[in-house]
Order: sequence, then structure tokens, then C-alpha cells
Amino acid sequence: MPILSLQDVSKSFGALKVTDGVSFDLEAGQALGIIGPNGAGKSTLFNLITGNIAPSAGRVFLDGRDVTRAPPMERVRAGVGRSFQIPQPFGNLSVYENLLVAARFGGAVSGAEAPGFCMDILTRTGLAAVAEKPSGALSLLQRKRLELARAMATRPRVILLDEIAGGLTDAECSQLVITIKAIHAEGTAIIWIEHVLHALTSVVERLMVLNFGRMLMIGAPDEVMASAEVREIYLGIEA
Amino acid sequence: MIWIDTLAQGLLLGGLYALFAAGLSLVFGIMRLVNLAHGDLIILGAYLILTIAHATGLHPFVAVLLAAPLMFGLGWALQTFLLNRVLGNDILPPLLVTFGLSVVIQNGLLSAFTADSQKLTAGAIEAQSMDLGIVTLGVMPVLTFASAVAVVFALNQLFYRTALGRAFRATSDDAVTAQLMGIHPQRVFAMATGIAMVVATIAALYLGTRANFDPSIGPARLLYAFEAVIIGGLGSLWGTLAGGVVIGLAQAIGASVNPEWQILSGHLAFVLVLLIRPRGLFPRAND
Repeated sequence: MPILSLQDVSKSFGALKVTDGVSFDLEAGQALGIIGPNGAGKSTLFNLITGNIAPSAGRVFLDGRDVTRAPPMERVRAGVGRSFQIPQPFGNLSVYENLLVAARFGGAVSGAEAPGFCMDILTRTGLAAVAEKPSGALSLLQRKRLELARAMATRPRVILLDEIAGGLTDAECSQLVITIKAIHAEGTAIIWIEHVLHALTSVVERLMVLNFGRMLMIGAPDEVMASAEVREIYLGIEA
Repeated sequence: MIWIDTLAQGLLLGGLYALFAAGLSLVFGIMRLVNLAHGDLIILGAYLILTIAHATGLHPFVAVLLAAPLMFGLGWALQTFLLNRVLGNDILPPLLVTFGLSVVIQNGLLSAFTADSQKLTAGAIEAQSMDLGIVTLGVMPVLTFASAVAVVFALNQLFYRTALGRAFRATSDDAVTAQLMGIHPQRVFAMATGIAMVVATIAALYLGTRANFDPSIGPARLLYAFEAVIIGGLGSLWGTLAGGVVIGLAQAIGASVNPEWQILSGHLAFVLVLLIRPRGLFPRAND
């Protein structure tokens, strides 16, 4: 049974259809990349999966359970973790406290276990040295790392990464990819929206292309990137 | 010497105003909700303590222990079934609803208890004082101020040392992202209002033992609370205590010059602080 399944999911804002009949399954432990031009509805798709917005039509299943109408907090506890394109740390909380909140409420980690659990994630994501810093005072790379760390602290079975490599230098990006690969190697399923293609294709097994809210293609990265239609729409290379 | 006495009385009176304001500050800090019924809820708390004390014969200081959980439940229910429904980007609906609630509480109390003034009787302690040499302080005012400090300290511990407090601060920062961390903002808000009502009950105890109260005096307590919160800096609990003390001191100094100037002096101090520091004495960095 797939861990996450979308069936014919659509979302309209007035006359504008931002997601148009998207269907796919994600098996446990799989990594799926999503690419598409700006405005293709990629982040909207994440909002539909996390429950931040309700679909106009279609259904969302987690472990075979219909969660189409379930609120975000219920889906977090069912195992959906998310990072944002623009980092949104709780600025009044320290880095460590950001993780504690995610672990206690999202990951249902006990009060006794939470400190060790969070420090372990901070170490793995390279944030241990800034644990006590207010999260509002971090650099971009650190904030991106905090997004990832906080999503990990909710103990996700599927983690949604929204352009987490955007704005980073090559060296920073490579560091982040190592961490993401490690998370994936532990069996966490990943859906990753990314414009930095070399980073994305080094992790994911499948690639989906969205255009005007519709799923244009889904398949192995090499296959998808070789498609003339994808090259034209996404990369602007005429066949 | 008389000036030291005036300053001491003003400082201690500030404790009462801080107690009026702490619940308001807590609720505003977490959910940006201005509860216009806060003063009336304090008066409701005073009547609840009075009713329990009369029915059971308990001392008000014991009756408050029974009233506090009931007020917590009332605050929780009020938030869950009424206020959560009107919270949103528009600040007008919560203002209108809490204004309506204020009218309902005042008239409900009037029907139940009439307009007659009431008082909570604490017994001999009301007349007891402590002679510190340069100044003599009433035991009740000292207890009031100590309670205000204890309440603000306890709320700060709750905010910065507990999982619930972190949920309060996370939700206050960004309620949408908080949901993605598994936090149920509406439940967090209900807990916050429940706790604010416990603080309001403590304020009610000292209000009711200090002076007479009747169903109509809530809005004036709200005004003092507002002024204390704004002087302190919105959402800062220690600031709220400082705000209460500023008003208490101003009132005591005004009254020592001319008893008719007491209330006016408090309001003038409020205006003065706003002119000099429009964001209050201890504004939060992120506001």
C-alpha cells in the first residue's frame, strides 16, 4: 500500500485552476522530485498534501486512510513533515526550542526523550553550535537547515522539501544533499520540489513535471529529462 | 517621609493593576485578541468567590481555590465555543463579540445580584499592617503586590520553561506553521484564555477584599488593565507589571496632591508614557 496517494486532486481559486487532476502514489521510502516552471502549482500541491488548503475535487490518502478533510496537525501526526521555500522559523524561539515544539507536538516524542532526540537532529543537520541562538538571527543556510531539522523532528514518514537548495552556494548545496541522502537512506520517503536539478536528480528515483497545475510526466529522471516536451517547457530548449 | 509612604502605597496599588492586566496581556500576546469583557470577567470572578464564600462559609482566600478552576473552565469554553469562531485577519469581529459579552455579563450580574455594592470580607488581615520603620504597609496591599509578582513570575516560567509555553510562543509567532508542527492553535488559545481567567480570579480576590464592587465597575478595571499593558509594551508580562506600577504610582502621587486627581493622574501618566515611548517600556522585538 502506498504511504501517500493523490487521486485526481484539483484546486481552483475562482476561475484559476492551480492544480488540475493530479494523481500519483508514493511508496514508503521512495523519493520523488517535482519540477516545473514558476507558477506551475508545485507549492500548492504541497499545501494540498499537508492540509493547509482543501482540494476543490479529488482525494488524498495517507497509508490508505482518506485524509482529504483532515487538518494539518492530524496529517503531521500521521507522518507528513514539511519544509518551506521561504524559511519560516518561530523567530521568538531558539533553534533548539523550534525543534522541541516540532518533536513534542508533531512527533509525539515524550518530554524525557525530546532533548536527546532534538540534539541528535541538530548535530546531524550541523546546527548544534547554534542551538541556543534565536532562530531569527540565523544565516540563510542555517535557516534552510533549520527547516529541514524541524521537519525531521516531527518524525515524518514522508518529508516534503520545498526548494530547500534554492539560494545556496554549490558547496552549501552539496552539504545539504548529503544530509537529505542520509534521511532517505533511513527509509524516510521524500517529495522534493527543486530547481537545482543536479541536486534533485542525485537523490530522487522518480521525477514529476508540473505545468499549469497539470502533471505532464512522471518517471525515471533520465527519461523525463530526455523528453522533448519537458525540455521545451521547463528548460526552454526547442526540440 | 510622607512621600515615601505615598510611593510605597502607589507601588503596592500597581500590583493590583498588574493583576487586572496580566490576563489581558497573556491573551493579547498569544492570539492578538483584545478582550473587551476582561474587566467584567474579573467582576464575575469576584461574584463567584462571594457566592462560594457565602454558600460554604469558606474564607475568600480558600473560596478562590474553588473559583479558579471554575473560571478556567469558563475561559476555556468561552474561547472554544465563541471566540475561536471570530478570530481571523479582521480585528473587528472579536472586538464586537467581546463588547457584546461585556454587556451580557454586566446585565447577567445585575439580574442575579442587583446593583447593590458587595465586598469580600477577609477578616482581621484587612486591618493588619507592617511597621518597617520609615513606612507602614498594609498586609493586604503587600499580599496583592507579592501575588502580582508571583503571577508574572509563574506565567514567565510557563512561557519559557514548559512545552505548553513553547506552543504558546510558536502559535503567537505563526499559527499556520505551528499547525505543521502538530500544534492545534484553537486548543492552545483555549488553554491561554483559561489561564487568563485564573489570573482574573486572583485579581478578583484582591479587588473584592480591597473595595466595594458592583456589576457596573468592570469597564473601568478594563481601562486600567489596558493602560498597564500598553505602558509595559504589548505582550511583555514583566512590562505589564511595570505598567501597573506606573499607574499605581501616578494615582498615589496625584491623590496626595489632591484626592480628586487620583484617577486623572493615572490616565495622564499613560498619555505621557505613550508620548515618550509609543511602543511601551518593554516592547517585544518581533512586534
